[in-house]
Amino acid sequence: MSSIITLAHGSGGKLTHNLIKNIFQKHLKNELLLEAGDSAVFGVDKGNLAFTTDSYVISPVFFRGGNIGKLAVCGTVNDLAVCGATPKYLSCGFIIEEGLKISDLEKIVEAMAKTAIESGVSIVTGDTKVVQKGCADKLFINTSGIGYIPSGVKYTTAGIKQGDKVIITGTMGDHGTAILLDREKIDVESSIVSDCATLNKMLNDVTKKFGSAIRIMRDPTRGGVATTLNELVSDNRFSIKLYEESLPIKNEVKGICEILGFDPLYMANEGKALIIVDSSKVDSVLIELREHNVGKEAEVIGEVIKSPVGKVYINTIVGGTRIIDMLVGDQLPRIC
Amino acid sequence: MNNIQHMFKDKYLVDNLVKKIQAYEGKVVNIMEVCGTHTMSISRFGIRSILPKTIRLISGPGCPVCVTPSYYVKSAIELAQMKDTIITTFGDMMRIPYKGNSLLHEKALGRDIRIVYSPLDNIQIAQDNPDKKVIFLSVGFETTTPIIALSVIEAVEKRIDNYMLLTANKTMPQVMNLLSSDKEISIDGYIYPGHVSVIIGTELYDKIADKYSITGAIAGFEPVDILGAIYNIISNVNHKSMKVNNTYSRVVSSEGNMIAKAKIEEVFEHCDAIWRGIGCVSKSGLRLKDKYVKLDAWKAFRISENEQDYDPKGCRCGDILKGKCLPYECSLYGKLCTPENPVGSCMVSSEGTCSAYYKYI
Repeated sequence: MSSIITLAHGSGGKLTHNLIKNIFQKHLKNELLLEAGDSAVFGVDKGNLAFTTDSYVISPVFFRGGNIGKLAVCGTVNDLAVCGATPKYLSCGFIIEEGLKISDLEKIVEAMAKTAIESGVSIVTGDTKVVQKGCADKLFINTSGIGYIPSGVKYTTAGIKQGDKVIITGTMGDHGTAILLDREKIDVESSIVSDCATLNKMLNDVTKKFGSAIRIMRDPTRGGVATTLNELVSDNRFSIKLYEESLPIKNEVKGICEILGFDPLYMANEGKALIIVDSSKVDSVLIELREHNVGKEAEVIGEVIKSPVGKVYINTIVGGTRIIDMLVGDQLPRIC
Repeated sequence: MNNIQHMFKDKYLVDNLVKKIQAYEGKVVNIMEVCGTHTMSISRFGIRSILPKTIRLISGPGCPVCVTPSYYVKSAIELAQMKDTIITTFGDMMRIPYKGNSLLHEKALGRDIRIVYSPLDNIQIAQDNPDKKVIFLSVGFETTTPIIALSVIEAVEKRIDNYMLLTANKTMPQVMNLLSSDKEISIDGYIYPGHVSVIIGTELYDKIADKYSITGAIAGFEPVDILGAIYNIISNVNHKSMKVNNTYSRVVSSEGNMIAKAKIEEVFEHCDAIWRGIGCVSKSGLRLKDKYVKLDAWKAFRISENEQDYDPKGCRCGDILKGKCLPYECSLYGKLCTPENPVGSCMVSSEGTCSAYYKYI
């Protein structure tokens, strides 16, 4: 077998079939995938289905704490879990730049398989395309996912009330900071790694135990906590106020962001959830979250306030208040 | 480092300083922060929102990208459009608009334009691309210029002949004198730039105090630093003292960084410079010395530096940079000029005054 992916691997012929058999089916093995139909066919439980899709173009494809494959499974599983769904089935589409080492592809698929098993999901269908050099940055992955939502569970912003509390399930900005160090080859010694992790087991427990006391959940990925909270207030029925002193941020993340001029509130997270919860249940929810490894650093970081305009504010450590706006584009490093 | 960060964010110290500042009952005091990073820190910590109305913070022209004239952006775009060039730049320059265009727009069209975190990154880029001309958009004050000088020295030592600078570096002393002598602005005290002071030392500020009777405090960027500087200034004004307090003495010495100053001196010489919105300020710019003329992109590409500066109609960046008006006093602010659709550079740059004000209530 060739050591690198060539255009021939995407032609649909023998090389494609060997690739599917020796890499994808070997590691992602489950009954539905091995049927190798044009579609995966399965029965559905009663109630509602949740359906989500995401594409992953991260560079570098291998980063401290994970790789693009692990990230893809975590991202899609988490998107389902924050809607109250139990994730069940994923699809994965690969767009591979010719020249990618097959051994690298195998490591990525192995990581996907491991993450899928850990979170109890199956990758049941997929697709592979190969493009010319320069037309993709090593590898792009799309994953779509289906999950089952128990009856009575529906998380929308309409359920949010004044006085509700805002929880984050752990420290902010780890993933964004780790990627920054790797991608820009910043010469700083650091133990920071991506927080890339599946949250479904923790969030499914929260959904089951706390019913309508959970108003809504979201995973603050690209654009960080600030962007996700701005999305929640965008229908202008309420605002959210955060407390700067309560934000759980690792010292290393603070230090690296200070040097480079970035704000951890806007740095991506790939293993955290924001949960808006009825204030009367907030302590119990925190106890439940902290029972799980991925939630042991959960904290209340703010509350929902009545306001005619949808804004996110922060009470600063100085005692002042400022707006946390949505960024126009990416954060840019400081000059001086 | 994190212990120092914690110390200068200490709640007890912060609360005490806030109480003392809020107890101020004297006359109106106008304090100008000159440094763009101070503008952003003041905004980020919500410091304006805790000040009594008698203490007014005015933002000055300390944002290197904001004061870069528009013809510079035009020249950078033209260089990016040429064959076989790689434009390298600090991130903030990417979105500065010029007549509907920007470097970000040109990058989307396929021009080779790269953001660098350090000017020294240019050396590797030049070595990796020997057939291209790597042109660095050299903007910044005394904080940034020493590292830019190092990149020039290293390029010459390594015989790298495809690295150039398009210089728009500026120095603070001349514009500080201009602002201090402007009766319209009426500054009582300055929050002096922390990182510039690391390089240049403190002598300039004592001279300003003597000549213009304006007090000041050199400050770092943590809440205790900035609140401490404000408290020092209002106390000095109250006691009619023109003292300049160095509240950032953990990194700022009176003589500054002699090695950094020597590197600037080796590579650059003073020249007149256009400050956007202010005009020509004599001897406030830096250009490459004749010894390094081969790295001078202005000369290599024969670009004129003396073109009429273009300011969009209604844009008051100039007045804002001089502290003569506040962002919301500009008719375009928040309406035609927003972070998504910036008209002037004060809204684009992460250290720009209008961009900072957009984060307020």
